[in-house]
Amino acid sequence: MAVKKITSPLSPDVSRGLRTGDAVLLSGRVVTARDQVHKYLAAGGASPVDLKGLVVYHCGPVAIQENGIWVVRAAGPTTSMREEPYEAKVIRDHRPGAIMGKGGMGDATRDALRTEGCAYLHLTGGAASYIARTIVSVEEVYLTGFGQPEAMWVLQVEDLPALVTMDSRGDSLHRKIENSSWKVLKQILKNPFP
Amino acid sequence: MVTLIERTDSDLPDDVCDALARACEREPEGTVARETLRIILESAALSRNSVLPICQDTGSILAIVRAEPTKRVFDIERALREGLRHLTKKGMLRQNCVDPLTGENTGDNLGEHVPQIHFIPTPAPATVSLMLKGGGSENMSAQYSLPDSGLDAGRDLDGVRRCILDALFRAQGKGCAPGIVGVCIGGDRASGYLLAKEMLFRRLDEPNPVHDLELLEERVVEEANGLGIGPMGLGGRSTLLGARIGLAGRHPACFFVTVAYSCWATRRMTAELDEEGRIARWL
Repeated sequence: MAVKKITSPLSPDVSRGLRTGDAVLLSGRVVTARDQVHKYLAAGGASPVDLKGLVVYHCGPVAIQENGIWVVRAAGPTTSMREEPYEAKVIRDHRPGAIMGKGGMGDATRDALRTEGCAYLHLTGGAASYIARTIVSVEEVYLTGFGQPEAMWVLQVEDLPALVTMDSRGDSLHRKIENSSWKVLKQILKNPFP
Repeated sequence: MVTLIERTDSDLPDDVCDALARACEREPEGTVARETLRIILESAALSRNSVLPICQDTGSILAIVRAEPTKRVFDIERALREGLRHLTKKGMLRQNCVDPLTGENTGDNLGEHVPQIHFIPTPAPATVSLMLKGGGSENMSAQYSLPDSGLDAGRDLDGVRRCILDALFRAQGKGCAPGIVGVCIGGDRASGYLLAKEMLFRRLDEPNPVHDLELLEERVVEEANGLGIGPMGLGGRSTLLGARIGLAGRHPACFFVTVAYSCWATRRMTAELDEEGRIARWL
């Protein structure tokens, strides 16, 4: 697989040019936002960071402070679908360069990715140590009132491997797999057990 | 107790690792499925060797204590709670307990009914089984009441099979496939979920004592892997590492099938304790 190197913030051209199936190595600034931050932003709450062009990451890390410096020990993706009710509005209001998480997202997000020229990056769920190794530093942590896992972490990452699974043309690998597995399931169920 | 929690959190059980390694071998070179499983195996090895959490979602905590009904049980409970608080502070566990009313994180993994500790009076020696189960996979668990006309599932093993395959189809990659399902046939709404989760303690290389259930387990795994959902739902041959199915007596009016979905990072360990409450051996 040929791998594209991309750096966040992503320019509109880069975001729009990402294609489902592209393997990427992501560097630069990534901002975590999960359930509470999404609910807050979708309700019109101000973002402490200008998200324009940045990668918004569905993640609640394990982090501790060592001598006043935050160290991220584990930081894999959480299930993105939970942000489906909010994501389209977040994309339209804040114009991030990409959304990153696991498991893919639904039709509302797919439409927003298309109209706003954004993409969805997929990471391997549970590969928390592997991913944490690519986190170079914690720049800042905001919205800590939501609790440490739900706070907004601004991270610097280097060569984080991801797969584009939804793109600005409306393609979705998740939709494709769901459709094909549904067809197989219908066939399988024709033969009863035992 | 700290050792038990820390090991459960960082050391993926050998039978699960073996199943993942076999799954990786099955996926063709150069595919997303193989690369995903390679990353999973590398990350799990890194967590084991560096004593780091396998997943940043260090899960909700289920402990099953089997011990003689003496005052020692309280010591075990206290040690467990202290261990959780200590390891949360140390960055081995994420703060995973939120007050559902205020939305506030308790910050130490302790709260109302958290952790869940179930005590089963048993002759000595005492054992503690610990499971750290991620929230994403917990969300993919499901309970069915048969008959279910939508699934064309009747009150028989074929009906059970239909429920399990439905749960797996709905989960797609959202529960971090390739997962493991623990299944309880029977019981009530409450016991079904607990027993389905307890099934996840059974090793993947142990045969089911009930022959018909073993056949069903094999069938479901084969069919699930044929769905093409694959690792993380990105396509491939590895959707399910194993199915562990158990039984509970049911009320004549009820026929529940409860499917506990667990991610590839199925973290569970059982330790036998000595008289002083130290770990005597791993089971």
